Amino acid sequence: MPFVPHTPADTRHMLDVIGVKTLDDLFADITPDLRPRSFNLPEGQSEMDVCAHMEALSARNAPHMVHFLGAGFYNHYVPKAVDALSSRSEFYTAYTPYQPESSQGTLQAIFEYQTAVCRLFDMECANASVYDGGSAIFEAMMMAVRHTQRRVLVVDESVNPIWRTMLDTYTGNVDVEIRTIAHVQGRPDMAALKAAIDSSCAAVLVQNPNFFGAIEDYTELFAHARAQKTLGVISVYPVMQAVLKTPGEMGADVAVADGQALGMPLSFGGPYLGIMTCRKEFIRQFPGRIVGRTTDMDGKTGYVLTLQAREQHIRRAKATSNICSNQALCALRSLVYMSLLGPQGLTSVAEQSMIMARQAMAGLTALPGVALLHDAPYGNEVALTLPCKAAALVDKVSAKGLIPGYPVGKYYAGLDNVLLVACTEQTRPEHVTELVTLVGGAL
Amino acid sequence: MKTVFAQSVEGRTACVPAKPAKSAAQMLPASLLRRTKLGLPELSELDVVRHFTLLSKKNFAVDSNFYPLGSCTMKYNPKFTEYIAALPGFSALHPLMGELPKASEHAQGALECIWEMERLLCEITGMDAYTMQPMAGANGEFTGVMLIAAYHKDKGNVKTKILCPDSAHGTNPASAVLAGYEVVNIPSKDGMVDPEALEAALTDDVAALMMTCPNTLGLFETHLTTIVEKLRRVDALLYYDGANMNAIMGKLRVGDVGFDVVHWNLHKTLATPHGGGGPGSGPVGVCSRLTPFLPVGRVVKKAEGCFELDYNYPKSIGYIAPFYGNFGVMLKAYAYVLRLGGAGLTRASEYAVLNANYLKKLLENVLTIPYGRICAHEFVASAPEGMRALDIAKALLDRGYHAPTIYFPLIVKECLMAEPTETESKEMMDAFAAAIADIVEQGRASPQSLLDAPVTTPVRRLDETAAARAMILTD
Repeated sequence: MPFVPHTPADTRHMLDVIGVKTLDDLFADITPDLRPRSFNLPEGQSEMDVCAHMEALSARNAPHMVHFLGAGFYNHYVPKAVDALSSRSEFYTAYTPYQPESSQGTLQAIFEYQTAVCRLFDMECANASVYDGGSAIFEAMMMAVRHTQRRVLVVDESVNPIWRTMLDTYTGNVDVEIRTIAHVQGRPDMAALKAAIDSSCAAVLVQNPNFFGAIEDYTELFAHARAQKTLGVISVYPVMQAVLKTPGEMGADVAVADGQALGMPLSFGGPYLGIMTCRKEFIRQFPGRIVGRTTDMDGKTGYVLTLQAREQHIRRAKATSNICSNQALCALRSLVYMSLLGPQGLTSVAEQSMIMARQAMAGLTALPGVALLHDAPYGNEVALTLPCKAAALVDKVSAKGLIPGYPVGKYYAGLDNVLLVACTEQTRPEHVTELVTLVGGAL
Repeated sequence: MKTVFAQSVEGRTACVPAKPAKSAAQMLPASLLRRTKLGLPELSELDVVRHFTLLSKKNFAVDSNFYPLGSCTMKYNPKFTEYIAALPGFSALHPLMGELPKASEHAQGALECIWEMERLLCEITGMDAYTMQPMAGANGEFTGVMLIAAYHKDKGNVKTKILCPDSAHGTNPASAVLAGYEVVNIPSKDGMVDPEALEAALTDDVAALMMTCPNTLGLFETHLTTIVEKLRRVDALLYYDGANMNAIMGKLRVGDVGFDVVHWNLHKTLATPHGGGGPGSGPVGVCSRLTPFLPVGRVVKKAEGCFELDYNYPKSIGYIAPFYGNFGVMLKAYAYVLRLGGAGLTRASEYAVLNANYLKKLLENVLTIPYGRICAHEFVASAPEGMRALDIAKALLDRGYHAPTIYFPLIVKECLMAEPTETESKEMMDAFAAAIADIVEQGRASPQSLLDAPVTTPVRRLDETAAARAMILTD
C-alpha cells in the first residue's frame, strides 16, 4: 500500500520491540463498542487510475471560456517561474518556521514578502498573511476594536459584499455593532460616512476601487476619522495599487487586500492570500505571524518569528487572533510574482487591464440602454446598468459560450439590472468584440 | 544572503509585459494617482530564480529531513496530488462560475469534487454533513464553535462557557473566545480529561467541551463514554479537534462515539503540504442537529452528474470563506483518499501508531517518558534531568533532523512531543533514536556543546529578544 514503507519483517520486529503481538494490540484502548459502525469507502486505486479519474473531472470544467468575471478575483497572467520556484519542495514541504536555524529560506522569504506589500501599499508593517481578503478585513476590524476599546464599526456598503457577509458571520457572537452606510449610485457616500463616525466608532472601512469599480480619494475621510480617534481601514486591489494613490498617502491606519491577483491561480475559490499592513503604532494589536530581522550568536544576519506574545500558542484565550497556519506558500508566490514583474511590470499590468476595460466600456455603453452605473474614474472593472435584468442576460450570453460579467443583484437590493465587468491584461480585443456583440444580441 | 531589494538594480527587468498604449496618468485624474515611488525589486528573471533557489536550500523540509513534529503530522506529500491540483480545469476556474446558473454547467467537475469529498469525509468520521469552507484548522475550530453557538441560540439555551482541557492546542481557547465564549480550563488527570473535574465544571451554561482523542499527549481518552453522558445531561455539545485524526482512521469514527462536530486538518492527516505555514484546509463535519447552521453555499446533487450551489438555508451562519474554501488544497486531499481507499487510510493510522510506539520504546531509557502506556500516533517525553528540550532540539538540527515539537503541551516539563508518521521507515527511527541517545550522552559529557548547537545550519542561534526590541520587520 502506498507511502507506508514497512515490510512484514519490519512490522514483526517492531511489534516485538514494543512487546505486543499484533497491530490490533496497539488499539486496545478503542474497545469494541467504540469501533466504527461502518467504513464503506471505495477501494484504493493506483496513481494512474486516480489521475485519470481527476483528469476526467477536470475536463468537465471550462476555465478557458472567455469571461469578464472579477468581483475581487482576477484572471491575471502568472509567469511560469512563479510555479517553478514555489514548487520547490524545500519551500512547500517545510513546516512553520518554529526552529529558525533550519528555516531561513521560509523566514527570509516572509520578511521580503512583508517588505514588498508594505512598499506596494506604502505602509509601515505587514504580517506573514491571513487566509484571504475577507478574514483580513475581519482581523483589521477586531484590531481596531481592541486598540480603541470601542464597539461600533462603520462600513461602506460598496465594500465587496462577499467580504461584508464574512464580516457579519465572523462578528456574529462578538460584541460589535456594524453601521452600514448605503452607497449612492455605486459610489461611497462620503458625507454620510463622515457623519457616522463618532466617539463610539472603532474603525471606518472603505474599499478602493470599490466593488462597483469607483476610485476615490479617502484622505479627507481618514483625517476626519483620526480626529475622532477612529481607525481608517481600507481594502485595496493590489494590482491597481501600482498606479493608485496609496493607503499611506491617504493616511490609512490599516490597509488590507486579497492578494489572489498577485500570482495565485483562481483555483475555484482558493487558496488565496489575506494581506494585512498597518502603521507601526498598532503593532501590538496586529494579528498573525510576523518575521523580524536579527543576528545570530556569530553576528550573522538572520530572521525569526517575532512578537509571538500576541499569538495563540503563547496567549491562548487572550491572543490577538486564533490564526495558526496561514497562507505562507501563497505569500511566497506573491513575492516571486512581485519580484518578476517589478514596479514597471506591475504598472504595465494595471495599465493594460485598464485599457481593455475602457475598450469594453466604449463598446458596451454604445449599446441601447446600457450606461455606466456611476461616473467616477475606474480601473480595470466597472459596473454597468442594463435595460434588463442582469442575471437573465448573463445566462443568455453564457449559453453562447462567453460570461459577460457578474450580476450584482444577489447582494444589492434594487440593482438587479447592474452588471459588473472586469478585464485584465489577458483580455484580447477579439474577446471585447465578442462581448459587445453577444450582449447586444441578448438585450 | 542579500534580500531581493538589496540586489535590485534600477532599470533591470524580468517579466514585464509589452508597454501599454496609455499610461495611468492618461486615464485617471492626477489627484487619484500614486506619487510614492513603487519600491519593488528590479531584477532579471535569472536573478529572481537564483535568489529563491538559494533561499530554498536553507530550509529543512519533509522531502529532505525527518520531521517528527508532534501534532503536525509531517507525513510525505505525494507528488501526484500536486499535478492534480494544477490541472487547468481546476486551477484556472473562476469561483463565480460555480454560482451562476448557466456558467455552472461549465464547473460541474469542480462541484462534483466538493460533493464527493464531503460524502467521503462523512463516511470516514461518521458525521452527517460537511462544510469545506474553513481555510485552516483554527478557522475550522472557529466555525465549529459558531455552529455550536447557533444550535444553542436556536434552541433558546443560554450558554456562555466552553470547556477546554489544559492540554489543548492554543487555537482551541482562542477560537472559543472569538465565537463569544468564556473559556474554562479542565485540569488533566493521568494525562486525560478528568471526569470528576469535568463534572465540577459542568454548569448549565456550558455550551460544549472541546477535546481531541487521542489527546495532545498521545493518549486515548478512555473516559470518553462517561464524558459524552455527562455533557448530554446539560445539553452541552462535544467538539473533536481533528489534529490527531491520523491515529484513528478506520479504528474510530468520532460521530459514532458521541462527537457532535469535528474539524480536519487536511494539511496534516490527508497529506497536503504544509507550505512553510499554509495554505491549509480545515473542513468541519457535523451531526444532523447542526446541519441547518452550516455555512452557505452548499453543493447539492440534482441528478447524476448534475450539481449546483444552494444558498437557501435560512439558519446558516453565513460565509466562513469567500467561496468554497481552499479548493486547491482539498483536491490534493481528495486524490489522496481515492488513492488510499478505506484500507489504505486504516493502514496509515495503524503504522502511524506502530511507528510512534516503536520510537517511544527506543527512547524509554534515554528520555523521561511520563506516560508508560501504549501511545497513539505521538508521544511526549521530558528532557533528562538537567537538560533542556531546547538544547536537544538544536543539537538535532546539526544531525539533519528537524526537532520534535518542544514546550507543548504545556503540562509536561521540558516537553518533546514526537510524531514520526507512518511514512517513515524503521531505519529512520533507529537512526533518530541513536541521535538522541548520542546527544544526551554528549550533553552529559560537555554541556556547553549543546548550548553551542546548532553549528552546521545557515545561521546559529538567533537573538529573539533583540528581534522583538529592534522590530525590524521590513527591509
